[in-house]
Amino acid sequence: MKLTFARLGNSHIAGKALLEALGIDVVLPPPPTKRTMSLGSLHSPEFACLPLKVNIGNYLEALEKGADTIVMVGGIGPCRLGLYGEVQRQILEGLGYDFKMIVVEPPQGRLDHVIRQLREITGAQPVTQYIRAGHIGWSKLTAIDALEKLALELRPFEESRGCVSSALEAALKCIDEADSPKAVAFALENGKEAMKSVCRKTDSKKPRIGIVGEVFMVLEPFVNCEIEKCLGEMGVLVYRSIYLSDWIVEHVVKDAFRIFRKSKLPYELAKPYLCHFVGGHGVETIASTVDYARQGLDGVIQVAPFTCMPEIIAQDLLPTVSRDLGIPVMTLVFDEHSSGTGVLTRLEAFIDLVQMSRRARR
Amino acid sequence: MASSGYLGVDVGSVSTNLVLIDEAGVLKEKIYLRTQGDPIGAVKEGMRHLVPCARDMEILGVGTSGSGRKLAGVILGADCIKNEITAHAVAANYKVPGVQTVIEIGGQDSKIIILRQGVVIDFAMNTVCAAGTGSFLEQQAARLGIAIDEFGKLALGAVAPVRIAGRCAVFAESDMIHKQQMGHRIEDIISGLCDALVRNYLNNVGKGKVIKPPIVFQGGVAANAGMKAAFEKELGTQVVVPEHYDVMGALGAALVAAEERRRKDGQSKFRGFEAVDRDYATRTFECKGCSNLCEIVNITMDHETIARWGSRCGKWDSL
Repeated sequence: MKLTFARLGNSHIAGKALLEALGIDVVLPPPPTKRTMSLGSLHSPEFACLPLKVNIGNYLEALEKGADTIVMVGGIGPCRLGLYGEVQRQILEGLGYDFKMIVVEPPQGRLDHVIRQLREITGAQPVTQYIRAGHIGWSKLTAIDALEKLALELRPFEESRGCVSSALEAALKCIDEADSPKAVAFALENGKEAMKSVCRKTDSKKPRIGIVGEVFMVLEPFVNCEIEKCLGEMGVLVYRSIYLSDWIVEHVVKDAFRIFRKSKLPYELAKPYLCHFVGGHGVETIASTVDYARQGLDGVIQVAPFTCMPEIIAQDLLPTVSRDLGIPVMTLVFDEHSSGTGVLTRLEAFIDLVQMSRRARR
Repeated sequence: MASSGYLGVDVGSVSTNLVLIDEAGVLKEKIYLRTQGDPIGAVKEGMRHLVPCARDMEILGVGTSGSGRKLAGVILGADCIKNEITAHAVAANYKVPGVQTVIEIGGQDSKIIILRQGVVIDFAMNTVCAAGTGSFLEQQAARLGIAIDEFGKLALGAVAPVRIAGRCAVFAESDMIHKQQMGHRIEDIISGLCDALVRNYLNNVGKGKVIKPPIVFQGGVAANAGMKAAFEKELGTQVVVPEHYDVMGALGAALVAAEERRRKDGQSKFRGFEAVDRDYATRTFECKGCSNLCEIVNITMDHETIARWGSRCGKWDSL
């Protein structure tokens, strides 16, 4: 079995470590490029959202590299993601590929389902093996999140443009190569030091901007025109609302065991504006915006794929949140055509706006 | 030299505009040209037109704006390269102090800018649809064989405006053709089109914004009297089309450059009017360094590279 899965930011490093520790042969899709996007758009329904198109592109490029099994996450709607496993299977089968598709559905309290789905992928293995694999995968995932978060804090202070991003790349490569949780911890510390060493120490107040929105658009730099890097290099402290490790704790671990209560916080924060689950990250988008406004951030940017229903609902509510709490909000909608130029123009204008209102407040 | 001032250049998709302002911000000369797919040529031609006025003027600073701002900035040696949203807001607030809403419709972009006490607090730009922008209006005028200057005025002669779907340029055009083949008067159709495009703008670009007067309408499409009338009808209030509405981006760029130069010491980076006669060329190539295959743009002046951009990793940016 040669297993593959769609890319999402740098999470493939952790996914690969987890699966390889279970003795599974992993074929990673190459990093997304224009070719990925063209392949995906060519074979996807025109009105499907961008994540589906990029996933299809990923799978096609992985199948070309010899993958024969695809693992994909499922869902229970109303976001279309839950439908995509089946849609993707049919598209790829229609193109004549011979492969097996495993859709991992959210546990919803059924631990036995999780185990059965895992068995389907890994075959029967001793429990200790799962624990060992989980340990290395988890340590890599949390290390990736920690490094990415640090990059957001450091970029506005970097000595020369792009040096923090280069240091981050190097650190991620070390995490990828680490073969034990201990080695991961070592690589993490080294990486942090290396990133800090290319930054100036200043205490100048930088504008703070939060990124909210749909998980794929927030986490995958290729589809959001590297918004974090762009903003960081313009001297903005970026706050990202979603980290994959947090997301897994919330949506997989707690959902599987049901011994911990799922966090009610997003629902409480969003309540004055949206009191119903709308799928995807609709509620979280509102909740994070409220949270960022309370923390005193200077602005919030919502990123969403074109035609994303949960984010459209959130987008319609954000002007009210913005007015009530006095925080500027801008929405960026992405599709395959999105050119970096248009995004850059809007980002520059948004930062001008934020700077002007900071000056006016003073 | 008799006087001194600032140069502002706005290189848009359809038009390239240049303005010269004096130190007090008064507009001395403006040039409105068609970009016609050749931003470098348009900037060069515009600069040549400015020479008579600028002969006895010292240029203290240069600002560029519009989608071609980076390119124009490199060619001219700009002190300040500003996005068109901020540039338009600055110019509107300068011409109409206390403006609270700016409606700007250009060749391919339409935007709304909300200001309070002279500070931009919100803005939006069209994202996935260009219905109602200058390019579409021009195309329709051409299809009907009407000069674009006359197109808007005709709308004012409407008796019973027809209803046109404004959701999408393709739907709008097919609706217009349908109405014309049914025998409706051309004035009524054009007026109906203006109403539809204003509805589309307010529902799409202006969605969720609190539109308060004074409202300024600028950009190339503000020349269209039919569009101005349609906005006034829909918003129920007066809409101001400022003097120099067609070069507001360039004016804003010049004003921003002036502010920037006043704050900083040192010489302007302006290459001078003579520099436009030098040989500028762009060359693009695909970087094979990784699978991203970025398209790199290389800009040369007299065969010497003066700027390069386009790579995701930034490795080609330094010369």
